[in-house]
Amino acid sequence: MNLRPDPTFHPSPRLAMEAPAETLAFTLMLSPDGSQPDGLAVVDVDPTSSTYGKIVHSLMMPNTGDEFHHFGWNACSSALSPLSGHAFLERRYLIIPGIRSSRIYVIDVKEPLKAKIHKIIEPEEVFAKTGYSRPHTIHCGPEGIYVSTLGGGGADGTDGPPGIFIMDCESFEILGRYEMDRGVQDKHYDFWWNLPRDYMVSSEWGLPPQFENGIVAEDLLSNKYGHSIHFWDLRARKNIQTIDLGANHQMALEIRPAHDPSKEYGFCGVVVDTTNLQGAIFTWWRNADGTFGAKKTITIDPVPADPDDLPELLKGFSAVPALVTDIDLSLDDKFLYVACWGQGEMHQYDVSDPMNPVLAGKVEIGGIVKKTKHPNGKDFNYGPQMVEISRDGKRVYWTNSLYSTWDDQFYPDDEGAAMVMANVGETGGLTLDENFWVDFPDGYRSHQIRLEGGDCSTDSFCYPSA
Amino acid sequence: MTTAALWLAVVLSGLYHGANPGMGWPLAVSSSLMERRQGALFTALGALALGHFLAMLAILLPLSAMTALIAYERELRLATGGIVLLWGCWILITRKHPRFLARVPPSRLALWSFLVALAHGAALMLVPIYLGLCKLDELDSGHLAASELMARNAGLTLAVALLHTGAMLLAGGTIAFAVYRWLGLRFLSKGWFDLEILWALSLILVGGLGLYSAL
Repeated sequence: MNLRPDPTFHPSPRLAMEAPAETLAFTLMLSPDGSQPDGLAVVDVDPTSSTYGKIVHSLMMPNTGDEFHHFGWNACSSALSPLSGHAFLERRYLIIPGIRSSRIYVIDVKEPLKAKIHKIIEPEEVFAKTGYSRPHTIHCGPEGIYVSTLGGGGADGTDGPPGIFIMDCESFEILGRYEMDRGVQDKHYDFWWNLPRDYMVSSEWGLPPQFENGIVAEDLLSNKYGHSIHFWDLRARKNIQTIDLGANHQMALEIRPAHDPSKEYGFCGVVVDTTNLQGAIFTWWRNADGTFGAKKTITIDPVPADPDDLPELLKGFSAVPALVTDIDLSLDDKFLYVACWGQGEMHQYDVSDPMNPVLAGKVEIGGIVKKTKHPNGKDFNYGPQMVEISRDGKRVYWTNSLYSTWDDQFYPDDEGAAMVMANVGETGGLTLDENFWVDFPDGYRSHQIRLEGGDCSTDSFCYPSA
Repeated sequence: MTTAALWLAVVLSGLYHGANPGMGWPLAVSSSLMERRQGALFTALGALALGHFLAMLAILLPLSAMTALIAYERELRLATGGIVLLWGCWILITRKHPRFLARVPPSRLALWSFLVALAHGAALMLVPIYLGLCKLDELDSGHLAASELMARNAGLTLAVALLHTGAMLLAGGTIAFAVYRWLGLRFLSKGWFDLEILWALSLILVGGLGLYSAL
């Protein structure tokens, strides 16, 4: 029991940046064919340690076929608002959903090297209490732990729309659905919010039949994946506005609001524009009258390629698209990192002016055509994917797998996990760290990364940095 | 207990409630930082104080009407003392924060402050003190007509609620202003202590004293 707030809770993003650097990272490992149980790898990221860059502890789950994807903390800096009424929670548990099984694990990482399973919520309980399936993004907020899902009810997850459900932040009981009025929202992916301004933003990938067995090319070419972002009155649980980014902007995925709650804008990454194969970033913002707007502020062109170098899916296009699969914003809201999973590039944009991003740095590694090796000479399978930034903004970590069946379609010859790190220059710029390379056990792929004490895609702040 | 001691208790409990971050002063800091102007700090403090004041009235006014029923005066003191004591025990054991409070939008600070003062028993904490004051007052005044007594008690209720809220505003306002102007947000995480057990014990103590005085 704490008598003071958890030392990893910070009132403002600036104070979080000034906190001690992370010494451990938590990375999800998935068995792509479900032959082995998925697991959590605890990675030493302390450069002064003798086990730097090594997995120092692994926790394997008691089931197979979960397919780990995204995960999050039970508590974050948002607890420091009296409105939450839970200032004395500990940042202690990782909530890890199986995106394929709909099973949810609560892992106690108070002693990270002895991480253990605290609770397992079986899929049947998720289905029965929420009518949703395929849990995905985790955020801790005013009413507890919010979990987005990708599927509705029924075997293929198409019986009713997917949405968000809430879990108790102490007992981890599922409390029920979040939405009271979802409006036109019928697909789901990511969500985040601005707590003091009381709004939430959510995005759309596609329904389970559109992704579980691989990308459905006909659906993509007929623009049937998600292409809208939804704005919600957070505490009223009501969809107040939906912005259609245009049907050609297929798969609006990560939502990254400015961390400083006095700034009322954010970003959303779009995987591919079906008219020209561009990847895109939209900047969204809130107007003075409470309505929202969105505008495309970054485009990344496809690169012409020899069909022989391309997987079946892309041969007809003779080009490799960027495939913007993940984005992440530094805590000072200055740099937006954009993973171009298809082309094998990690871009760093200076978004000090959110309406006019400027490319400030770039790293090439992996990629469908380029297959750039790591500076240490090793092969990097797939491309840069899930990206996580250290709180101080100086180190950027990423892994390489997108989603088991999609990896196989876009990179049929690749196999194997990776996790690398790049250093950020004083005024921007991005350089891969030659000495940081994590070896994962055979047969596994790597997905999302969480950093000890919080990171740039989990913590919500209730006080501005000013 | 003397009148002075009871009035002191009204002020001290106000200072205590105001200083407790859980009663809302960090929201005033947040407000002024979000709007980048000092004035917002005072607007927010005003809303918090208004909510707290109304919660006091919501609890004390019905009691003030009931205290006119002198025949049940002792029963009333026993019952309220018991309720306050049990409320303290409930908080001590469950340590639960009512979830409906999280549904109140941040823009409705007065409503939030009103509800939190009720839910956490801040208003209840004053009941035994208030009843003590009523009793002393009544001893002073001898036998009055019920209507006069009610008017007198209503005045007393207002005085208690105002003084308590004033003290609450002073304590919370001073800390909020100091954090905003000088101490910085770091104080928020460093200076926030879990008062819940102390809070529950305060309720138990005050309720116990109320019971004791009625026996």
